[in-house]
Amino acid sequence: MNKYVERLYNGVIKENPTLILMLGMCPTLAVSTRALNGIGMGLSTMAVLILSNLVISLLRKVIPDEVRLPAYIVIVASLVTVTELLIEAYLPSLYEALGIYIPLIVVNCIILGRAEAYANKNTPMLSVMDGIGMGIGFTLALTVAGLIREMLGNGTAFGAQILPSGIDPIGIFVQPPGAFLVIAFIIAVMNAIGIKTRQRKLVDGGCDGMCAGCTAPCDKEVSAK
Amino acid sequence: MKNLILIIVSGALINNVVLNQFLGICSFLGVSKQMKASASLGGAVIFVITIASAVASLLYDYVLAPLGLDFMKTIVFILVIAALVQIVEMFLKKTSPGVYKALGIYLPLITTNCAVLGVALTNVQDGYNFIESVLSGFGTAVGYTIAIVLLASIRTRIREEDIPAPLRGAPIVLISAALMSIAFMGFAGLSF
Repeated sequence: MNKYVERLYNGVIKENPTLILMLGMCPTLAVSTRALNGIGMGLSTMAVLILSNLVISLLRKVIPDEVRLPAYIVIVASLVTVTELLIEAYLPSLYEALGIYIPLIVVNCIILGRAEAYANKNTPMLSVMDGIGMGIGFTLALTVAGLIREMLGNGTAFGAQILPSGIDPIGIFVQPPGAFLVIAFIIAVMNAIGIKTRQRKLVDGGCDGMCAGCTAPCDKEVSAK
Repeated sequence: MKNLILIIVSGALINNVVLNQFLGICSFLGVSKQMKASASLGGAVIFVITIASAVASLLYDYVLAPLGLDFMKTIVFILVIAALVQIVEMFLKKTSPGVYKALGIYLPLITTNCAVLGVALTNVQDGYNFIESVLSGFGTAVGYTIAIVLLASIRTRIREEDIPAPLRGAPIVLISAALMSIAFMGFAGLSF
């Protein structure tokens, strides 16, 4: 397989950031109330991810190793601010729906995680493909979660009524508890059919599993003890 | 006065940062495996969020807003938080080794905890003044601590249970969190 295509396959299926690596759980849980919100959040994150991978990959020989995390954070934060302003200007309804979670893309583990794990070691072209793959994987996971929650909790799919009017939707699914439940059962179904989630094991109660994405502290500080 | 109490209660219980707003989920799910670690992380979070809200509020009111640099708030806040965590870490290391030992390894985790940035941004969005921001930060952090300590005690109890194979690991933790979230929805009825 062509190595650029391999990046896409890797991001969407093999290392799906949300479902396999369990990164970026905050936005996944928070904005998946509607399938369209999921798509909006996924695409915004994807835009930031592609650009941050590109910039970090281009600068990978310039940024000194000791200050790379602050440098990445500044790059990502600038890109997020640009994205936020663009969404506010051109998609005001999406801006309303996503609210505080747009600036919080800065602290999305997927972005710093890919910068650290991939973009600072690979060529710009490959990093961009990695960003596209991961972005599509994240968008798909958010959309699926959003679609399930929207259908169960609101009786609609992408805004169109699908449940007959006689049946009441189960409101709890569009409320906060529904987010936890739907993600829990998506992962349970994946476990049942034998797709393994791959959480990095970390020691000493620092952070095991799901917070693995936020690289530096988990890998170094904790294991150094 | 009533307003200020309401800000704390609402931050801690009614709009619980983890169970209602989904901020800081990573550490909530990751660290809650151990009771002691959860309590320590909770302590560190209370410490950092309270200070971060204070600094972010001052910076916004006296630097960013007067200069019309409103749009820079995300970049400025995240840098302030990263720097602050470093400073707090160095300060604790020097002055109180006991506290440092208890909180030390959790402090670096907090930089990427979206609850810290989330609170700072929400405070600005809600137009809170300095006192209100600090109290809202403190209340939110207490809410985070309550949630993570409760989840840690639940996880201690279900560790020995016979859980259906596909639900083991992440799913059962998420289901526990869902039930906690349902319970916390009850606080929405609180009024003063």
